[in-house]
Amino acid sequence: MKDLPVHEQDVLVVGAGGAGLRAAIEASARGAKVALVCKSLLGKAHTVMAEGGIAAALANVDERDNWKVHFADTMRGGQYLNDWRMAELHAKEAPERVRELEAWGALFDRTPDGRILQRNFGGHAYPRLAHVGDRTGLEMIRTLQDHGVHMGIEVFMEHTVLALLKDGDRVVGAVAYERERGRMMVFHARAVVLATGGIGRAYRITSNSWEYTGDGHALAYEAGAELMDMEFVQFHPTGMVWPPSVSGILVTEGVRGEGGVLRNKDGRRFMFDDIPELYKKQTADNEEEGWRYTQGDKGARRPAELLTRDHVARCIVREIKEGRGSPHGGVFLDISWIRERLPHAEEHIKRKLPGMYHQFKQLADIDITKQPMEVGPTTHYMMGGVRVDPDTQMSTVAGLFAAGECGAGLHGANRLGGNSLSDLIVFGKRAGEHAAMFASDHAVGHIPSDQVGAATRRALAPFDRAASTTGGEAPYATQQQLQDMMQDLVGIVRREAEMVRALDGILQLRERAERVAVRGNREYNNGWHTALDLGSLLTVAEAITRSALHRKESRGAHYRDDFPSKDAALGRINTVVRKTRDGRMEVATRPVPKTRPDLEQIIAEMK
Amino acid sequence: MAAATFRIWRGDAKGGSFHDYPTEVSEGMVVLDAVHRIQAEHAHDLAVRWNCKAGRCGSCSAEVNGQPRLMCMTRLSDLPLERPVTVEPMRSFPAVKDLVTDVSWNYAVKKRIKPFRPRPPDSPDGTWRMSQADVDRVMEFRKCVECYLCQDVCHVLREHQMHDQFIGPRFLVHVAALEMHPLDVEDRTAELREAHGIGYCNITKCCTKVCPENITITDNAIIPLKERVVDRSYDPFFWLLRLFRRRAKTR
Repeated sequence: MKDLPVHEQDVLVVGAGGAGLRAAIEASARGAKVALVCKSLLGKAHTVMAEGGIAAALANVDERDNWKVHFADTMRGGQYLNDWRMAELHAKEAPERVRELEAWGALFDRTPDGRILQRNFGGHAYPRLAHVGDRTGLEMIRTLQDHGVHMGIEVFMEHTVLALLKDGDRVVGAVAYERERGRMMVFHARAVVLATGGIGRAYRITSNSWEYTGDGHALAYEAGAELMDMEFVQFHPTGMVWPPSVSGILVTEGVRGEGGVLRNKDGRRFMFDDIPELYKKQTADNEEEGWRYTQGDKGARRPAELLTRDHVARCIVREIKEGRGSPHGGVFLDISWIRERLPHAEEHIKRKLPGMYHQFKQLADIDITKQPMEVGPTTHYMMGGVRVDPDTQMSTVAGLFAAGECGAGLHGANRLGGNSLSDLIVFGKRAGEHAAMFASDHAVGHIPSDQVGAATRRALAPFDRAASTTGGEAPYATQQQLQDMMQDLVGIVRREAEMVRALDGILQLRERAERVAVRGNREYNNGWHTALDLGSLLTVAEAITRSALHRKESRGAHYRDDFPSKDAALGRINTVVRKTRDGRMEVATRPVPKTRPDLEQIIAEMK
Repeated sequence: MAAATFRIWRGDAKGGSFHDYPTEVSEGMVVLDAVHRIQAEHAHDLAVRWNCKAGRCGSCSAEVNGQPRLMCMTRLSDLPLERPVTVEPMRSFPAVKDLVTDVSWNYAVKKRIKPFRPRPPDSPDGTWRMSQADVDRVMEFRKCVECYLCQDVCHVLREHQMHDQFIGPRFLVHVAALEMHPLDVEDRTAELREAHGIGYCNITKCCTKVCPENITITDNAIIPLKERVVDRSYDPFFWLLRLFRRRAKTR
């Protein structure tokens, strides 16, 4: 450890997507010395892929909207497993956070009277998503990035955190390596914010990039924090399915918000065939009413295509399984049909969905203004994550905070589209604020050199193995095997026996991961990076599988063939996993916090 | 499945050379898929940057058959596969390793550009009113994914290496986005002329040709900025104003 450089900080933020940037900005604005560490270049995080918009009850398009409706929508979408306090804070603070982005230079599409325009999205009662075409995420990340770089935040691009360091019960920093030269370093910080995003890379078909290996989840778990709701993985209903090399790439829900419809190979709008009880009252029972809703008719109810993502994904799986899918194993998503209803439909589609137009034209030779797209479910988002205090975002470990996708609580059993970008800025800000406060209230901790040594030794082990043996496991193949297994055995539809097999497979892969050997040197060695990410992936895969086995019911994104209905008793508990003293993963439950009576009443009124 | 050969540059700041990798190709594949396949099968330590794989993050910039491209958006079906496909890093930036270059200069440049400064809010609740038409005007510039391919082909940077005197097309687009932002009240014309070196651009439009987002960089961003600079510098009113200011300073 003596030879490792040490960076002294008040607050270390891990991850530079929307949540990490917003946290860094807030901590910095409060006077903290901040380091921002990210695996990629700044501005490339997965937030750029968010297309639909930011959910915030600005009520610019429909004056009936307010935070109470947004709160009730979020709770309903999450099947009431959400942390009510987080849902309340989120609904109340999102509008202010959106206006703040505008004050920092973000540009959104406008209403005729010049205010921020809002669009329809699944599960939201009113048009609620502030957006700019279908590249809202890019607008958000660029705005935060350009605002942040003038605040004196020290950015460490292409750096990866290997382990958190603890002084007693408190987190006091981290060990990281930089990709370019492979050098190790220590970040000595009074508080650490995890904002590492999702876990999509645990599955074969995903909209997530290579970065989303659940690092924050695994770092927190290893540091003794509890992970909650890990059984709830969101499979976005519409990913590209053809050609194979692009399978999984996201097709925004905005397509359906703008009037796009889902059809099976017989041309039937199958979403109207199965509307869940919880949503019957708010869903159109005929195609005509659904169309009027997408065109802003306030008297109309939303079309069945805009039901929640978990439900739409399952309906698509059903159509495919029962032989009514499209030629390449998906279903059809058609926006071109609006030609029948709108003059200049082609220009309208290109203006509203320019990214989608571009993406299909270039990658699949499909002109979405003239032809339907083929789509199918893709692993998209992790509802589960680090269990945090709703107000401060601090985990169950002192000094360790989490925000955005790697945190848990807001979304419960299923996240509504648009609630992710708002989650990033609402809780990113809160995490930054409270991490800065924690840092000013606490003296610097002691860096334990044995932990630093153990982390660096572990990281370099794959090279040692390559030097001492001729064989060894290949990092890419091991990762791929895990992805195949999770996709096939712990996917959209789950069964006890399959998950038991998956768990067994994960434990075997863990042993194989201990034999992974990497050749070459430490300089920008993608094979080495893949080997290191494998550890995080295995931890989250185990957490997902154990939690999914534990929840013997179907709720939200978690669907079990062997327990197809909801169990009221299980609706009152959250699943958590944590590491025991002897290193095992233990599953436990926590009661869902009792909703405050006034909020309970809001939920009841809006049922 | 067909086979194809990829001639990939491998090396670092000290130098390198092309290596041939034969691999299988299938329908719909893009160059990045082929690079990944080669990485998984033959060259585990092959260095490549990528993220979204959908043309939205601008990470996987490289030169494919000599053309600056995003590897994730370059389909193999558009390339002649009967001869080797060359893949090399962007040549106007220092090599780090294989296909990865040191683009940190771009981040340093951005820091030097005066940030967004909005006019006071239009409404007592602290919000602004803007028309969609005003937003649309700068939308084109804000589509930029910062892939730096325009910087890669700009001959002021590539041939003349004037990185300390010229910010390059990417950041002229950035300045245009700020200058034409409906709310922005900052004035960046003096910097454009001096520190940002807008005069070095002689409008060859190479940047526009390679932009994966089809931003009309030269016509819509750089030329209007040049006009602004000229208006300010040679407008008799501003000329007199500057003269007086200079006098006042020397006094």
